[in-house]
Amino acid sequence: MPGKTYVQTTINGEHVDFLCEPRQSLLECLRDEIGLTGTKEGCNDGNCGACTVNIDGRIVTSCLVLGVEAEGANIETIEGVADGSNLHPLQLAFLENAALQCGICTPGFIISSKALLEQNPNPTEHEIRFWLANNLCRCTGYDKIVRAVQDAAKRLQEA
Amino acid sequence: MKWIDFEKPNTVEDAVKLLSDSGGNARAMAGGTDLIVMLRVGHPRVNPDVVVDIKSIPELNELSYDANKGLTVGAAVECYKIYGDDNVNSHFSALNDSATLIGGTQIQGRASFGGNLCNAAPSGDSIPNMIAHRAVATITGPSGTREVPVEDICTGPGQTSIESDELLISINFPSNGAGFGANYIRFIPRNEMDIAVAGVGASVTIEDGKFTSARVSLASVAPTPLLVEEAGEALVGQPVSEGAIQKAADLAKAAAKPISDMRGTADYRKHLCDVLTRRALTTAVERAQGAS
Ligand SMILES: Cc1cc2nc3c(=O)[nH]c(=O)nc-3n(C[C@H](O)[C@H](O)[C@H](O)COP(=O)(O)OP(=O)(O)OC[C@H]3O[C@@H](n4cnc5c(N)ncnc54)[C@H](O)[C@@H]3O)c2cc1C
Ligand code: FES
Ligand code: FES
Repeated sequence: MPGKTYVQTTINGEHVDFLCEPRQSLLECLRDEIGLTGTKEGCNDGNCGACTVNIDGRIVTSCLVLGVEAEGANIETIEGVADGSNLHPLQLAFLENAALQCGICTPGFIISSKALLEQNPNPTEHEIRFWLANNLCRCTGYDKIVRAVQDAAKRLQEA
Repeated sequence: MKWIDFEKPNTVEDAVKLLSDSGGNARAMAGGTDLIVMLRVGHPRVNPDVVVDIKSIPELNELSYDANKGLTVGAAVECYKIYGDDNVNSHFSALNDSATLIGGTQIQGRASFGGNLCNAAPSGDSIPNMIAHRAVATITGPSGTREVPVEDICTGPGQTSIESDELLISINFPSNGAGFGANYIRFIPRNEMDIAVAGVGASVTIEDGKFTSARVSLASVAPTPLLVEEAGEALVGQPVSEGAIQKAADLAKAAAKPISDMRGTADYRKHLCDVLTRRALTTAVERAQGAS
C-alpha cells in the first residue's frame, strides 16, 4: 500500500522526524527529505564510501541503508563534525595537508577517519589504509589523506 | 527502486508468517548489502515486494559459545561483531579471515555471514570457511525447524535449498578440540574490496604429528562453493608433510570446475586452487600447531 512512513531519529544530537517511502535509502532521506546535503552520493551501490555516516557508533554506507531503518537510531553526519564555526582537528588536517581536491569524497573520509581515531587514537599507516579501503578518491591519490589522518591523530592526542 | 513494503518483526514466528503469507514475494533482509543493491537494479530473481528486516529478532542476533555446543552465530550478526567477539577470537579465530575480508569497514558494519550464505554467490567469502569448520545451518519454516550442513545450502549461483517461506536462524560451529587449525584465503588483484577470483577454506586437526581430520572447500570455481571431500580424506592418517599437503592441493585443483570470465580464465583459476589450497592448509597446520 503506497504511503509514507513516519520516522523518528537522532541526527547529530538533535531529534529529527521525517516522512519517507520504504524504498528510499537513508542517503536519499538525508539529502532530499531532511536537507542535509553534506553526505554525498557517488556510486549508490556501497563501493565508494562517499555516503558514509555513523549509525550507533558504526560507520556504514547510507546508500545501503533504508531510511525507515533510521527509526530510533543515533546518526552522525558530516554536518555534526565541526563545533559551530570551529572545525574539527580532522577537518583542519584535511585542509592543511591538501587532502582534497574536488571534495566529493571528503565528507565520507572525515566520518570514516573520525570513527577510526575514536577507537584507535594512534593508528599505523597500514591500519589507516585498511580502515579506509571502503572510501574511494579519484583526485588525491590517497597519500595526502593518510597523512592528514596521521596529522589529525597527533593533534587530537596533543589536545 | 520500485515500491516495497517494509516489515520489522520481533519474533521468528512473525517473520516466518510474513514470508509464507506473501506467496514468495517477500525476502528477509539482514544487512541489506546484497539485497538493497539487487532491489535497486531490479534484479530478475531477487526483487521482492516485501522486505522483512530481521535485525530485531533476538535469535538472529545471538553470538554465543559453549564448550559442548560450540559457537552459535545468529543469521543477522554483522561481521564487525564476529571479529570483535572474545569467544570467536579464542576458539574460532579463523572465522575472522572471512569477517575482515567481506567488503570494507562500512560493509562489515552491516553484512552478515547469514546474508552471505543466503545470497549464495559462488564467491561468497564466508561460505568455504563455514564449510571447512563443518558448520550447520538452523532453518525455520511454517512446518518447523531443520538443521542442514552449510555445504548443502547453495544449489546454484544465487540459489539455495532454503525455501522462500523459510528463515535462516543461525549458523552453528561445532567445538574444536586441541590440534585444530583453519584458514580462509582468496586471490584478488588488489588488497581489498574485490570479488574472489578463487578462494580456499581449509581446516585440519593434528594429533601426534598426523592429520586426524581435514576439510578443503573452494570459492569462485564452480556454480556453488564446493566441498572437496577427497582432498580432506587424502590427508587423514598422513603425517604432516609438504607432500601430503601437495596431494590435497592436486585433488582440489582437479575438483574445481571454473568458468573463464573477466576475472580470470578457467586454467588460471585451476592453478590458483592448487596454490591457495597449499597455502591455506599450511596456515591451518601452523595454527593447529600452536601459533593459534
Ligand atoms: C561494496 C561491497 C563489497 C562487498 N564485498 C564482498 C566481499 O569481499 N566478499 C563477499 O563475500 N561479499 C561481498 N559483498 C557482498 C555482501 O556484502 C555479502 O554477501 C554480505 O555478507 C551479505 O550480507 P547481508 O547481511 O548484507 O545480506 P542481505 O543483503 O541482507 O541478504 C542477502 C540475501 O540473503 C537473504 N537473506 C538474508 N538473511 C536471510 C535469512 N536469515 N534467511 C533467509 N534469507 C536471508 C536476503 O533475502 C538476500 O537475498 C560486498 C558487497 C558490497 C556492496
Ligand atoms: S554512494 Fe554509497 S557507497 Fe557510493
Ligand atoms: S577529492 Fe575528488 S574524489 Fe577525492
